[in-house]
Amino acid sequence: MLTIKDLHARVEEKTILKGLNLTVNPGEVHAIMGPNGAGKSTLGYVMSGRDGYELESGSIELNGEDLMELDVEERAQKGLFLAFQYPVEIPGVSNMEFMKESVNAMRKARGEEALTAAEFLKVAKEACKQVNLPLDFLKRGVNEGFSGGEKKRNEIMQMILLQPSLAILDESDSGLDIDALKVVANGVNSQRDGKRSFIVVTHYQRLLDFIEPDFVHILSDGKIVKSGGPELAKEVEATGYAWLGKPEEAGA
Amino acid sequence: MSEQIEKAISRKYDAGFVSDIESDTFPPGLDEDVIRRISAMKDEPEWMLEWRLQAFRSWQKMKEPDWAHLGYEKIDYQAISYYSAPKSMKDKPKSLDEVDPELLRTYEKLGIPLHEQKMLAGVAVDAVFDSVSVVTTFREKLEEAGVIFCPISEAIKKYPDLVKKYIGSVVPRGDNFFAALNSAVFTDGSFVYIPKGVRCPMELSTYFRINELNTGQFERTLIVAEEGSHVSYLEGCTAPQRDENQLHAAVVELVAMDDAEIKYSTVQNWYPGDENGKGGIYNFVTKRGIAHKNAKISWTQVETGSAITWKYPSCILKGDNSVGEFYSVALTRGRQQADTGTKMIHLGKNTKSTIISKGISAGNSSNAYRGLVKMGPGADGARNFTECDSLLIGDKCAAHTFPYIESSNPTAIVEHEATTSKVSDDQLFLCQQRGLDTEKAVSMIVNGFCKEVFKELPMEFAVEAGKLLEISLEGSVG
Repeated sequence: MLTIKDLHARVEEKTILKGLNLTVNPGEVHAIMGPNGAGKSTLGYVMSGRDGYELESGSIELNGEDLMELDVEERAQKGLFLAFQYPVEIPGVSNMEFMKESVNAMRKARGEEALTAAEFLKVAKEACKQVNLPLDFLKRGVNEGFSGGEKKRNEIMQMILLQPSLAILDESDSGLDIDALKVVANGVNSQRDGKRSFIVVTHYQRLLDFIEPDFVHILSDGKIVKSGGPELAKEVEATGYAWLGKPEEAGA
Repeated sequence: MSEQIEKAISRKYDAGFVSDIESDTFPPGLDEDVIRRISAMKDEPEWMLEWRLQAFRSWQKMKEPDWAHLGYEKIDYQAISYYSAPKSMKDKPKSLDEVDPELLRTYEKLGIPLHEQKMLAGVAVDAVFDSVSVVTTFREKLEEAGVIFCPISEAIKKYPDLVKKYIGSVVPRGDNFFAALNSAVFTDGSFVYIPKGVRCPMELSTYFRINELNTGQFERTLIVAEEGSHVSYLEGCTAPQRDENQLHAAVVELVAMDDAEIKYSTVQNWYPGDENGKGGIYNFVTKRGIAHKNAKISWTQVETGSAITWKYPSCILKGDNSVGEFYSVALTRGRQQADTGTKMIHLGKNTKSTIISKGISAGNSSNAYRGLVKMGPGADGARNFTECDSLLIGDKCAAHTFPYIESSNPTAIVEHEATTSKVSDDQLFLCQQRGLDTEKAVSMIVNGFCKEVFKELPMEFAVEAGKLLEISLEGSVG
């Protein structure tokens, strides 16, 4: 469903991704690990089309469509979801309002009718419970005054509501205590249905104890230098990233 | 991203059409003769003419104020026509059936159907077209409750004692340059009188439309709420899209007697001019209310139009325990300039005022909040809370805040909070990543920013205001 070929991309003048290849099939969970500065977050931003993240060469196809041809919102409407590492606040706009607009924008793009307020409320309440947030979070401003953990859970709630075909979780585990971590993991696991796919970007192996990946990739200096099964994550946990050595030698 | 935002802010103006209506229009120019003619057209009593002439004489000695943070070419007051009325209004239509259908169509196009059965239930409308009131709906129903709602030109003749007593009592005819000009040449506007203890059974609203070229609109509104009464009033304004600047100088006076409450809301959408600053309405308005014992006056304004806005709806909190409120959203884009805010004059004991001002600047516009909170020597235990927030969209606009605080009473408490923020790339990206296009995203962010003010508007108009902002921002992000 997702095919990334020889992806080179830069932020401002600096090339961050230097020939990244990745194939994700329906239903698979891929974990991407790697040291700071390897390009983990950049990958998510380039895929979702964030302004300032420029493609130099290569291609990204989602379900046979060239993503680079599409606007940010069009990519989202095609089923690409990014759970943010640092979710931003939108004061005065309630979570409920925001999510309803979002869900209905996606439905519209698919040619489906918009959900009524009542219909939406029902699914939103359900999603809220699933990530263990009190219902009054629906009424509060988007991420307004949320704790770090609450923001991350709120992202997962949005993912549950939008049911994307491919979700990228950008360090959704950072700064979470063990209970919140389980909530995030459960949220993802509940969405694994053999069709939806996930890219879990993380620094630590910890999250992968709860979300079992099909594949683990090590990203270093803009390239995937090693791929394997879940055992690779454990290896990294044990040895760290020092074995990567200098970027030039990595993956040789 | 700011480039996208710029694009989104260059919007179209929906109300910019011109109605093809034959009008009687005075040739441009202003002298005592013109004032006599206006007064004669309105068939006014002698005292009214005298009042106008005195206002004119004081205006002639006054200087146009230049302290506001506004830049514009000097207005040539002799190049403006001071009276214009549709020809068909000359014979004073008795009912809606006799009103020129083209006039009715104009209001229909603006979303204000004047046929009562088609109207928003529960809202009575006075429709003012250039210098005259075209029709006032639901008058019988209001009369049953003892409420007077009619054009001020009519009130001058029908209720001279009431008008004489209150006109100029809050905004004296020589109050300031623009108020004096208005007092001399005002042509129409609304008059509202709510008797003692009456809760007005419906929302009252006046809809102002400027149509004729080179004509100024000078309306005057007077609202008197007797002891223990209650009224909610809303005004809306639009004008055609023209290359010339047009002047609008209005005066609004509110009188809230003991225990009365007046809620005054404005949705101002005068033509703002094009993206290069050509054309647009110059909006110089004096609005003030006086609150007696335990009375409450609440101003809510949503200002999206006009090339220039100079406007400070104010409250004189004269009676003990009286309350003044000012909730404002001012949006400027293109080359628009706004200098707006409020004055809260605390005279009575335990008087309270709240000011919530939300300024949104986009494009190359400039948006200034100017507010005065004054605690008089007798204002024991008075309190004010001011919150002044500015939101910037793009990087070529400006926001300014000019708060003035004067306290002559040590027991009075004044609080002022101010913030400035930008619609951030992060916020836009989040919205887009969730499938919303940039325009929708910006309008949502801006609406969220304005929420505290929108919730003060009467329900029907809150929706309207939200939509208006959305249209105003159309094209501001692309």
